[in-house]
Amino acid sequence: MFITPFTHHRPAGLHSVFDILAKYGDDAAVYAGGTELLLALKARVLRYEHLIDLKRVKELGGVRVENDFIGIGALATHYRIANDPVVLASIPEYASLSDGIANIRVRVAGTLAGNLSFAEPHSDPPALLAAMGATVQLVSADSERSVPVSEFIAGEFTTMREDNELISEVRVPVTQPNEAFRFRSFGHLERPAVNVAVGCKNDDGKTAFRIWLGAIGDHPIHAEKVETALRGVPRASLRDVLPAATEEFTSGLSATSDLHGSADYKRHLASVLMQRAVNEAAESASSKES
Amino acid sequence: MTEKQSLSFVLNGESREVSIDASELLVDVLREKCGMKGTKRSCDVEVCGACTVLADGLPISSCTTLAIDMDGRDVTTIEGLARNEKLSRVQQAFVDHAAMQCGFCTPGMVLATTALLETNEKPTDAEIRHFLRGNICRCTGYIKILEAVKSLV
Repeated sequence: MFITPFTHHRPAGLHSVFDILAKYGDDAAVYAGGTELLLALKARVLRYEHLIDLKRVKELGGVRVENDFIGIGALATHYRIANDPVVLASIPEYASLSDGIANIRVRVAGTLAGNLSFAEPHSDPPALLAAMGATVQLVSADSERSVPVSEFIAGEFTTMREDNELISEVRVPVTQPNEAFRFRSFGHLERPAVNVAVGCKNDDGKTAFRIWLGAIGDHPIHAEKVETALRGVPRASLRDVLPAATEEFTSGLSATSDLHGSADYKRHLASVLMQRAVNEAAESASSKES
Repeated sequence: MTEKQSLSFVLNGESREVSIDASELLVDVLREKCGMKGTKRSCDVEVCGACTVLADGLPISSCTTLAIDMDGRDVTTIEGLARNEKLSRVQQAFVDHAAMQCGFCTPGMVLATTALLETNEKPTDAEIRHFLRGNICRCTGYIKILEAVKSLV
């Protein structure tokens, strides 16, 4: 397939990007890896007169460490994230997720910021980033703001990003010694049918879970009812409570039947994956403590 | 509205300058303007791996990459692996193990394997399968391919 001709821009700094965006508005789109955008352009689902390549914008690169979070720059590819020593040491479950996205070619070209901006629901990063309490930094010509990943994705292909804003960085809190995360994803296609992210934190013998579901709905879903049901339950008794709690929660989820599976199948997957991830996170958090 | 752009890149070790439209895909520029017909277009949605080329040593899908994005970069296609009429060690291993049937996926498989061994000299079986997962052989000749790759570890 062929892409409708466009004018290509290759700015070296953020200011030029905002100038071009201000000049062309809706007729312009930014891209880095292009792994999502080019598919849509080739299928003629989207069409732009101006494409702005961000890969040479120096302010957007790299992975940096702050005291309590890892800043993943907008140009960091999944491959870079999966192999970055700092990411591997500080947020290991996210590194592992990055290594499982799509295939090696998509990981080499595609970026996390692009993935979040595109907001394709069948995607792995949002659920785990929501469970980890990550935030998206949005910059425009004259402002900067921070939005939690859990709120950033508003729906199918829709985010809280305004047209004049860009993601500059995704900030992921460093995993603490008393907590562990587990991510489980399943699909028989390139993209996940359902995924589950679980965080488990031990505070003075009290266990608290954070549980998020991805891909089954059009944005990440917070499984608060399951978290509540598991609150204060000793690890040895999890098995008595967990199956009923996950089944009750997932049976009430709205899901659509599509190429990834029937709605019932997805709800079943969600329940099974949630149980496995909860058990693994609980075990990992307790073994870290001892 | 659009004007021709100049793409300067290194293709298989040689500096090249090609006049292109910004909307042209890498697979088309490689096949039609550079004569590298070993780069195959198949699924066209970065799933099958037949169009794999290496950009600065790492695999990408040339079907879903703008050619202009290779400006200033180093691109290797299957034609760039043999030196002085001698096959690369990955190519030779694929021949020795008869790791191909129809051959359509072979350029992508060989290039992905080349990148794997460049980044990980001694991959485990699981690492080989994980890295090559995105290259599909519709003749399903995976066992011979795995044997060829494992012979190099």
